[in-house]
Amino acid sequence: MQCFIGIDLGSTTTKAVVMDENCDVLGRGITNSRSNYDTAAAVSKQEAMIDTRFTLLEREISKLGGASENVHALLEDLERNFRKTQFLEQLGDLEQTCDGHITGARFSGVEETVRALMLDIFDAIREAANEIYAPGAQRKSDFFRDIAGSRFMREAEERAQVADIPYELLMNVYDKAIIEVENRPPEGDLRGKFLDGLEYLFTEKSDIGVDKDQLRTAVNTTLDIELEETYVVGTGYGRVRLPFPKEHIRSEILCHGMGAHIMFEGTRTVLDIGGQDTKGIQIDANGVVKNFQMNDRCAAGCGRYLGYIADEMNIGLHELGPIAMKAKKVPKINSTCTVFAGAELRDRLALGESRADILAGLHRSIILRAMSIIARSGGIEDQFTFTGGVANNESAVNELRKLVKENYGDVHINISPDSIYTGALGGASFAQRAVMA
Amino acid sequence: MSDSKKKAQVDLSKDVQKDQSQILQKEMIRGNFDKLARADQNPDDKVVYTFVPGNLNELVHCFDVVGNYPEVNALQSAMQKKTGAYVMEAERSGQDEDVCTYVKADLGMMRRGNIGPSGQKVAEPDLLLLSYTGCFTFMKWFELLRHEYKCETTMLHVPYQGDGEITKHMRDYVVKQLKEETIPALERVSGVKFDIDRLRENLRESAKAEEDLVKVLETAKLRPSPIDSYFGAIYYVGPMFSAFRGTPEATAYYKTLWAEVEDRVKRGLGPVTPEGEMGEERYRLVVEGPPNYTSMRDFWKMFYDEGAVVVASTYTKVGGNYEFGFRHDPDNPLETLADYCFNCYTNYNLPQRTDMLEHYMDEYQADGLLINSIKSCNSFSAGQLLMMREIEKRTGKPAAFVETDLVDPRYFSASNVKNRLESYFQMIDQKRQAA
Repeated sequence: MQCFIGIDLGSTTTKAVVMDENCDVLGRGITNSRSNYDTAAAVSKQEAMIDTRFTLLEREISKLGGASENVHALLEDLERNFRKTQFLEQLGDLEQTCDGHITGARFSGVEETVRALMLDIFDAIREAANEIYAPGAQRKSDFFRDIAGSRFMREAEERAQVADIPYELLMNVYDKAIIEVENRPPEGDLRGKFLDGLEYLFTEKSDIGVDKDQLRTAVNTTLDIELEETYVVGTGYGRVRLPFPKEHIRSEILCHGMGAHIMFEGTRTVLDIGGQDTKGIQIDANGVVKNFQMNDRCAAGCGRYLGYIADEMNIGLHELGPIAMKAKKVPKINSTCTVFAGAELRDRLALGESRADILAGLHRSIILRAMSIIARSGGIEDQFTFTGGVANNESAVNELRKLVKENYGDVHINISPDSIYTGALGGASFAQRAVMA
Repeated sequence: MSDSKKKAQVDLSKDVQKDQSQILQKEMIRGNFDKLARADQNPDDKVVYTFVPGNLNELVHCFDVVGNYPEVNALQSAMQKKTGAYVMEAERSGQDEDVCTYVKADLGMMRRGNIGPSGQKVAEPDLLLLSYTGCFTFMKWFELLRHEYKCETTMLHVPYQGDGEITKHMRDYVVKQLKEETIPALERVSGVKFDIDRLRENLRESAKAEEDLVKVLETAKLRPSPIDSYFGAIYYVGPMFSAFRGTPEATAYYKTLWAEVEDRVKRGLGPVTPEGEMGEERYRLVVEGPPNYTSMRDFWKMFYDEGAVVVASTYTKVGGNYEFGFRHDPDNPLETLADYCFNCYTNYNLPQRTDMLEHYMDEYQADGLLINSIKSCNSFSAGQLLMMREIEKRTGKPAAFVETDLVDPRYFSASNVKNRLESYFQMIDQKRQAA
């Protein structure tokens, strides 16, 4: 089966989209960019290929009698268990790598204690995997680093205190190991992980609404399909690091323009707020870029700004929007400088302003900056599509809607739940055109 | 000098290919810095500071004075990576972050002993000759220098082409000032009496050089263009825009340059870049706005690596515009100086600038327009987006916008500029495919 792949190497996350020859999206994959674009590209592509298998499996399962009604729930369960298998595999790698780092003068006299603690810590995390991947469990992030990191910190802190071992010593081992593990793309035994995930599912639920053998066969049939990487197009800031020729590389401006056009055909203006840049793009009826503007050397007011705020407040990035939505008023905050954001936040908290109000003000300020970039690119024409990770933030969207209305009147605003994949989608489309056109 | 240092120098000189005209120009510039250094030691040698746009070089040469061009010093220092420190020096002495970086580089250089790009001392001015041609900052700049040097200052007020035309009244006004203010000031400072025949002779030389310069610039209409009309032409206009216009050396330089370019035309060659011959010409661009001088080679590389050649630029008209027929006229010596000043690009209004860009887009068969917006130059930047949209509308060709600075290295973000340029080139490709 021919697969056309677009990979968007962003500063924070790397995304991949797999498309078939009819331009239908088969799979999406995302990973943190981990300052190693080669690995990030490989991991996101692998994730998108895994997602592709799930899409193909969905098609296969739909053919089974009685399965069509609960196919989504079944796939969700299967994917959850697959992710658990994947997590446990990487966790094993992390444990082994940590063990390799418990050496040298710093561990003199405590080596065995540290090893024993590590064993305990990893056992506890392994045990927690069932809870982390339980049906309906909410995860703040799906990235291995985030899940394993937060659990490790929690377990290590408790145990270090009891054993009277410096917490930093344990964290230092972890910090060294996680970089190595992250920079090693996960093992390729996909079939094994799918089948393990399936067995977990069978253990978890006695009745899955479909014959188990038939499901096993469907999984095997899906895994037997050969997925050919027909053409790969890379985009995003890290694109120059991709290990393929120049003609396989497209600018993210073009990819976001094309991606937005594929998602919403009526799009004429695109706003993309990514990790380190904000782009205003004007496109024609065919998705061809007419003009664009983006932030210059300063990344003030981009996605990273929100990440920094979340860190300052010690909350998850995804929690910012919901908190800001509870604001009773939106204070005027003009600084979008990431460096000043922390100070601004603390000053206002000290003055007694509520976290929700301050956050709403901060969201408004980044959208104001984006509005200036859009204005310089030629303004907003109907329809207007908002893309990038920040498009998933309800408070940012709320402020954007207000400002668009104030400045441009009634404009149809498109936001896809898959907006973070817009650049990769455009890339996949260019890959498809390179071969099929 | 250590062996490794010697080796590094040899490698660098080997890296850049130089034509005969470049060697000639280098000698001319060196000669002028020698004169400025001698003047520092000899109070009888008089020094006039003046700016590139609206420079009255033919007149200045009538008084045996040495000309110094502060913005040329700034850009040459930038190419030698010296301006970062100069800019900070000026900021320490009270100039704000947003002040024109040419000004700050000059003030910083002055505060560090006024050592010019040649490594020699630049003599202090005996006269600040401000020929005001549309840039308000130039006036403020000389005000600051007057405060420092406390020397004689004279200003020639050239009316802005706000209505896009030059009237008799405007010309008379400038000629009157030349007679009543500028010439007496030069006589006073130099002790040399004005000789109009000498001026006529200088103007005759200018016209010859201008003729050759235009021939060179117009070769960019060919495919492939044998020259780059932005990065390359910045060097080509050097003698014309600075201390040499109106001199036999400048005439000889342009004759040599034309012979070199004509030879490239005959051989069907593209432009010469710092890394040798440019490969296939893939994009023909018109560029509006000054270049970045602190990372000029990196900036240029972003173009020639992609096969992009600039076929026409407006920046290479800031020190005079000859492509629309104007030549210095020895028969009307003062009137022609006035006309020259009116026609500096900085003195054009927005519709004139837009028309000029449109003309370039058509005449030079450009694929698109690129604007390099200079952070600290409001004079150039005001209205650029408007012009860009108008050109898009009139020509249907894609346009793009990058942001850098003249001589402040802090304002050149290579990855950002490269990203925008790559996007722009691909945008042109996409447009071509769609067509």
